[in-house]
Amino acid sequence: MLTKRIIPCLDVRNGKVVKGINFENVKDVNSPVALAEYYSANGADELVFYDITASSDGRKIFTDILCETAKKVFIPLTVGGGINTVDDFDRVLKCGADKVSVNSGAINNPDLVNQAAKIYGDQCVVLSADIKRVKGDFHIFSKGGRIDTGIDAIEWIKKCVHNGAGEVVVNSIDTDGVKKGFDIEMLRVVCNAVSVPVIASGGAGCINDFITLFNSLDGVDAGLAASIFHFGEVKITDLKNEMKKNNIPVRLFS
Amino acid sequence: MVAVIDYGVGNLFSLISSLNNLKCEACVTSDISLIKKADRIILPGVGAFEDAANKLFKSGIAESLISIANDGIPVLGICLGMQLLFEKSYEYGIHDGLSLIPGDVRPISEVIPDNLKIPHMGWNSLKFVNDKHPLFKYINEGDFVYFVHSYSARNCNKNTIASTEYGVDLTASVAKDNVMGCQFHPEKSGKIGLKILQSFCEMKRGNIC
Repeated sequence: MLTKRIIPCLDVRNGKVVKGINFENVKDVNSPVALAEYYSANGADELVFYDITASSDGRKIFTDILCETAKKVFIPLTVGGGINTVDDFDRVLKCGADKVSVNSGAINNPDLVNQAAKIYGDQCVVLSADIKRVKGDFHIFSKGGRIDTGIDAIEWIKKCVHNGAGEVVVNSIDTDGVKKGFDIEMLRVVCNAVSVPVIASGGAGCINDFITLFNSLDGVDAGLAASIFHFGEVKITDLKNEMKKNNIPVRLFS
Repeated sequence: MVAVIDYGVGNLFSLISSLNNLKCEACVTSDISLIKKADRIILPGVGAFEDAANKLFKSGIAESLISIANDGIPVLGICLGMQLLFEKSYEYGIHDGLSLIPGDVRPISEVIPDNLKIPHMGWNSLKFVNDKHPLFKYINEGDFVYFVHSYSARNCNKNTIASTEYGVDLTASVAKDNVMGCQFHPEKSGKIGLKILQSFCEMKRGNIC
C-alpha cells in the first residue's frame, strides 16, 4: 500500500541550513549534507531543500551543496527557491534534484509550469502555493508570503495542475508558525479541487497534528514541516510509530 | 564494469552516485563499443516511451543491447528503462520495445480504482512473486521502494518477480534469465535500493546467482 510521506524542509542560505538546529550525533548542525544524511537514516521519506539565498554567488554555493547531498543521500530530493526559468530547473536537476518546486516564479511567468512539464514531465514539477484567507476567500501570496497577489488560490492551483504541475504543496500562512495543527479546512478545499498528490505544510506542532491531518483527509499524501523536526520536538521515528498505531500507511524500516 | 546507457533520457546523477557509493565501477556512455565491453548494463530512463524507444533504435543501441542480452550479460532496466524491455507499449499510441521480455506496457488507469491518484508516486512495499529472485538476495519481502509511474507492465506473469499493491497488484519487478527490470527507482529507495543495486553489480555473465 502506498504510504503517507513525511518530509522535512531545510532552508539553506549561503550553503548553511538556517534556523537553529539541535541534534545529537550530528557534528555540523548547519551542514545540509550532514542533516540530509541524518534525516534519511531516521525515516524521512523525502527532503525539501529551499534556497533562500538572494545573491548569485549564494546560488552557486547552493547548487554545489545540492550535488554533495545527492552524492550521499538516496531518497527523493525536491528543490525550491529561486526557480524562475527552465534553466533554473536544469541547474538543480543536473545536481541530483528529482522534483523542482515553483512559487513566485510561476506567478511571474505563467508559462513556466507548462514549459517545465513538457521538458521534464509532470512528476518533476511541484507547485508550492502560499495561501492566506482574505475576507473569506483563499488568496495566493507571493514574496515569501508578504504580498497579496489577489489571485484566487483554488483557481490558481487548478490552472497550474492543468498546465502540468504534478504535485501541490499547500502552505497555509494562516496556520504557519502557530503550531496548533495543519489547516484542514484549506487542505480539504484543495484536495477536492485536484487529483494530483497534495502535501500539507504549515501549522504542525506535535505528532498528533499529523495523525489528525491524515485521519481527517484521505486526499493528503504527505506532511511537511521544518522547525519541529529541526529542534527535535518531533522525532520522525516516533511520529511514524504513532502513525502505524493509528493504521495510517507508513514506511517503517529497521 | 557497469555501463549505464546514456541516450539522452532522464537524470543519471543519482544512479551514478549510488553505484559510486557501492564502489561499483561504472561508466555513463552511449558508445556502442564501450557498451559491448561492459560486464553489466543498466538501462535507465524517465519520460515518454516513444521518444526513448526512437532514440534507442535510431542510435543502434537497441540492436547491440539485444545481442548483449542474448549473450548472457546481466541487464537491468529501471523505470522507463524496464518498460522498454517489453514487446509493446500503449503510451500515446502503440510502440515497439526491445522485446527482451514478453509482455506489454499499459496505463495503470485501466486497472486501479478510480479514487487512487495517478501517477503512482511514493514509497510502496514489495511482494515477491514466485521464488525470491537473486536481485533481492539482500532485502526482505515487505521492504519499501520509491515509485513514480503512470504505466505498468502487463501480461508478463511468469516473469514477474515482485509486485506492489496500489488498489490492485502492479508489476514492480521482472526477470527473464539475465534480463531484469525494476519499475521503481532503486537509486532513490534509500538503503533498500542500494542493496538491490549491489546484488545486480555482483551478477556475472551466465551466472546471476
